[in-house]
Amino acid sequence: MPNDVKTGSLAPDKKLKWVGTRPLRPDGVDKVTGRAKFGADFSLPGMLIGKVLRSPHPHARIKSIDTSKAEVLPGVKAVVTRDDFHDMESEFVPAGEMLVNYRDMVRNVMAREKVLYDGHAVAAVAATSNAVAKRALKLIEVDYEPLPHVIDVLEAMEPDAPLLHEDMITAGVEPAPDKPSNVAKVVEFAIGDVEAGFAQAEVIVERTFQTKPVHQAYIEPHACVASVSEDGQAELWCTTQGHYVVRGHCARLLGMDVSKIRVTASEIGGGFGGKTVVYLEPLALALSAKACRPVKMVMSRDEVFRASGPTSGAHMRIKVGATKDGRITAAEADLKYQAGAFQGSPVQPGAMCAFAPYDLENVKVVGYDVVTNRPKVAAYRAPGAPISEYAVECVIDELARKLGLDPIDFRLANAAKEGTRAAYGPKFGPIGLVETLQEAKAHPHYTAPLGPDQGRGVASGFWFNIGGETCAALNINEDGTAALMIGTPDIGGSRASLCMMAAEELGIDLDRIRPIIADTSSLGYTFLTGGSRVTFASGMATIDAAQDAVRQLCERAAKIWEIPSDAVEWEDGYAKPAGANAGDFEPMSLAEVAKVAGKTGGPIVGHAQINAQGAGPSFGTHIVDVEVDRETGRVTVVRYTVVQDAGKAVHPAYVEGQYQGGAVQGIGWALNEEYIYGEDGRLENPGFLDYRIPVASDVPMIDTVIVEVPNPRHPYGVRGVGETPIVPPMAAITNALADALGIRFTELPMSPPKVLEAIGEAAAGG
Amino acid sequence: MAKVHVATTINGDAVEFLCEADETLLDVLRDELHLTGSKEGCGSGDCGACSVMLDGRLVCACLVLGAELGGRAVETIENMADGEVLHPLQRKFLEHAALQCGVCTPGILVAAKALLDKNPEPSETEVRYWLAGNLCRCTGYDKIVRAVLDAAGEMRGELTHAE
Amino acid sequence: MRYEAPETLDAAVALLAGADGETRLLAGGTDLLVQLRAEMIEPALVVDVKRIPELCAIAAEDGGFRIGAAVTGAELGEHAALKAAWPGVVEAAELIGSTQIQGRATLGGNLCNASPAADSVPALIAAGATASIAGPHGRRQAPVEEIVTGPGETSLAKGEIVVSFLLPARPPHSSDAYLRFIPRTEMDIAVVGVGISLTLDESGTCGAARVVLGAVAERVLLVPEAAEALIGTAVDEAALARLGEAASAACRPIDDKRGTKEYRIKVAAVLARRAAQIALERARRN
Repeated sequence: MPNDVKTGSLAPDKKLKWVGTRPLRPDGVDKVTGRAKFGADFSLPGMLIGKVLRSPHPHARIKSIDTSKAEVLPGVKAVVTRDDFHDMESEFVPAGEMLVNYRDMVRNVMAREKVLYDGHAVAAVAATSNAVAKRALKLIEVDYEPLPHVIDVLEAMEPDAPLLHEDMITAGVEPAPDKPSNVAKVVEFAIGDVEAGFAQAEVIVERTFQTKPVHQAYIEPHACVASVSEDGQAELWCTTQGHYVVRGHCARLLGMDVSKIRVTASEIGGGFGGKTVVYLEPLALALSAKACRPVKMVMSRDEVFRASGPTSGAHMRIKVGATKDGRITAAEADLKYQAGAFQGSPVQPGAMCAFAPYDLENVKVVGYDVVTNRPKVAAYRAPGAPISEYAVECVIDELARKLGLDPIDFRLANAAKEGTRAAYGPKFGPIGLVETLQEAKAHPHYTAPLGPDQGRGVASGFWFNIGGETCAALNINEDGTAALMIGTPDIGGSRASLCMMAAEELGIDLDRIRPIIADTSSLGYTFLTGGSRVTFASGMATIDAAQDAVRQLCERAAKIWEIPSDAVEWEDGYAKPAGANAGDFEPMSLAEVAKVAGKTGGPIVGHAQINAQGAGPSFGTHIVDVEVDRETGRVTVVRYTVVQDAGKAVHPAYVEGQYQGGAVQGIGWALNEEYIYGEDGRLENPGFLDYRIPVASDVPMIDTVIVEVPNPRHPYGVRGVGETPIVPPMAAITNALADALGIRFTELPMSPPKVLEAIGEAAAGG
Repeated sequence: MAKVHVATTINGDAVEFLCEADETLLDVLRDELHLTGSKEGCGSGDCGACSVMLDGRLVCACLVLGAELGGRAVETIENMADGEVLHPLQRKFLEHAALQCGVCTPGILVAAKALLDKNPEPSETEVRYWLAGNLCRCTGYDKIVRAVLDAAGEMRGELTHAE
Repeated sequence: MRYEAPETLDAAVALLAGADGETRLLAGGTDLLVQLRAEMIEPALVVDVKRIPELCAIAAEDGGFRIGAAVTGAELGEHAALKAAWPGVVEAAELIGSTQIQGRATLGGNLCNASPAADSVPALIAAGATASIAGPHGRRQAPVEEIVTGPGETSLAKGEIVVSFLLPARPPHSSDAYLRFIPRTEMDIAVVGVGISLTLDESGTCGAARVVLGAVAERVLLVPEAAEALIGTAVDEAALARLGEAASAACRPIDDKRGTKEYRIKVAAVLARRAAQIALERARRN
């Protein structure tokens, strides 16, 4: 049995009927029959097709834009440019795991003074057909003054580097620099005294690392349909991780009342953080308002790669010292993350996570947020963490080997546990790092024999997870069924896990509950699907809403029985008289209470509106075996095991799916994925042919072990699980290559030319 | 340029449509015939989300012109279930949780069915290579491969059960 | 753009010869449709050749095989006799793209797209294949290595169509092999490709060989020096080493997003040795 669930000691005492089982997902049949409607699958009568003109330059001043010829092309109904969007004040607004700045956002969705990357939107048209829209784009004349560009993060930090934003003064530095630069911000987290810590160290490893930007590479491109009526009422259907967030951004960018925009989230074909921002949506709304007709916009794959967010590439220096008995005395990191064209790389979370798996006294992490002529980065699965933790976990492995210690034992000797104060501030509650390390060490994979040219590596990973603003409503129908309304788009099976929690609370069968992702006008504000928060936060809201419904059900039964409502208890889907009244009345089922709801006070609806707090962090430890073809540099992953703490796996199959999917994305990041730019600053691989995500034949089965150290802040112990799995793979594979070849790689991706070159250098004694 | 008139067979039904000469089969299916189960993930034959059967061959609908279809026969995901009875592959995908976001799922199911029609007893490696043209970014392929192997077993009449 | 699907070769040639503006042949379409969508080409006329029977057939001829230029990779893979005689040609064709691409991609298209990295071309050239070409002035035959002249460029005149390929009869103890390197296991364009065909005599000595490299120059390269390293030898370690050296020496690659010059030069030697060993094993069994 490759996939195990290890239940921790804090398992809830309540007997669970649904939570922890593997029922079929409620949206499943639609998705295996082609019926499910994704972003590009909506159509409306009279709909126009919108297309975007994009910059061919990595950096240029826009001297003028002439749309007159496009506007008179028959079939063109609207054209928008920078002139159709008001400028915005600089203002940073928290957006989950990232910050957004509307002054930047309005410039990212439509270039203003300058274009800042190959693919930057310059104009958009809406026309009666795709063909007409394409012809219209060719008739738009943009007069560019090309400017020198900078792609690499270190080059962007040079004093004479081309400036993307002439007014950017580095924040977080005292005193403030008097000259602008491409460094938007410097952040620092420190505890203890690293100098003193390194002085105590008997072994120190210090290395520099580089990673390339990688894209979320969801299979479904961005898509939306906007319809704005003559009185300014707007409907928007789009593929997004957060339709309330889309509504808010669009309202701000277009100067509209929030109440006038109703956003419906389509089924979403993958996001991984990349669908937490807006690209097409404000353009489609602006075009629709101008044309007074619905407008559909769908990105091509080329546009997805050129103009939507990858995550940062980075340059990093990591230094860790330890005593001979394996205790880390000090750890230091410099992290330089490129943000793309606008500030806001995930360097802050990267800095916070870098050493989070370890219980350390002396830590200093400095992070730099650097702009370059690339698309603005967007969140990507544990944004920032896979980059910094990759570098740290490589150094930890090297240090363990230098000390002659088993890398898992070395981690165990320094592992964060309940009560550990993390370098970024808080004290951890119950966490499962030690348990994942112990399970990894005990796993048969860890001691299985290796073949020739094979090596084994391990690495651990951490991600915070978040809660946040969340609503849920549970309508009890007159026949005893229920409708669950939630506000977090279902990106990987969450409707199943949320219904399971509702079924557990209501005590009715799962198939009697039908879930929907409510539109923004039907349910209160709900933050997006991100931060691994849905099963945790929408789960808590669902449980609260169900308990609210149960309270009402008990009250109705009490009314019928003419006893106090606190003398009724809810058990297994039945209202039962309790206490002094126990046994006085026949228990009433949910259906029986619901049937007469009209006579006992009206419809029964459970509501919850919460700001979910207490998302438990999730730790994981991965084991990987690689095999190297020494003559071609090809690295093949031959065995892979993910061990991770889920708190409580509500639907273990979808928890395993998160582990497996994250591991394979990490394999891609480690071995082949990268943004490749030419000297001309243009992206050379904006397609799935040369942006090489793993295919089915590239990877083995991914074994999983679900560790359950319950999160005390969730009724069932749930922690988020979606992001942590992408943190360990890059280091685990690097460490496995070191085991196989005796070569320490410090650059991602470890593509065949780089591996072969390193093998050649090592053979030459280099 | 006048549109091309095409008479063809889609999912067993005689269908006529007009298309531009450069419109693809995928454009025709999605935009003219409103069969949106076939997805466009790349438009260049690299992701397999638009996999359909054309005269019994597995192809990417984005790499076929609509104008080519005269007298041909196309089968799409919309025709995979037999009435209300799901194909064993569809059922096994649900039982194994072999989909997360589900956007690649129609293409993978069409491709997997083409495999099992040709090779009822594929090995894991054969499944992986056959499906290499169907990108999935969510699942890591593990549960997809298991679901295909399990469906193959069931279709051969072997007793199997989902884990 | 106009679309035509003639049912005879003469009609196709007439359409092409009489057309104004840019014209393209449509066989499998796996390159053409990508280029159309990317607006790399904007042809006035596209001629679909898949309704011309001669282009869609595989037939035995003179002890060898004649393969229509519009036969798909999947059809080649299903032809047992062809696969037994020319396993290298078939495996090369079957490496072009995914299963879905295999349902469409053709040898004629792979050749005439004129990419230096085309998988089937090194194998066809190694096999000594001859292309049969129809044009406004009748038929002509040409060795496959004479068709492509540079990236995206061919020696075909206006109105000419590659109709079929003739793979010659195989002497005893002959076989072929094609290997390529790609970063993933599937779905990539060759970083290096090597096609080798060889014939052994009764004693196991290599009497004839052709070695062809893909993706290491502006076009596919037939490398006689590499073949000479094998001819007259038992294809032993020493011969394989010389083969590798000759293959590397023939490379004149570029750095690009798929690989570096140095990498291609090194890997050409590796793949040449490995392909020769596969061809050798196969030839010994024949």
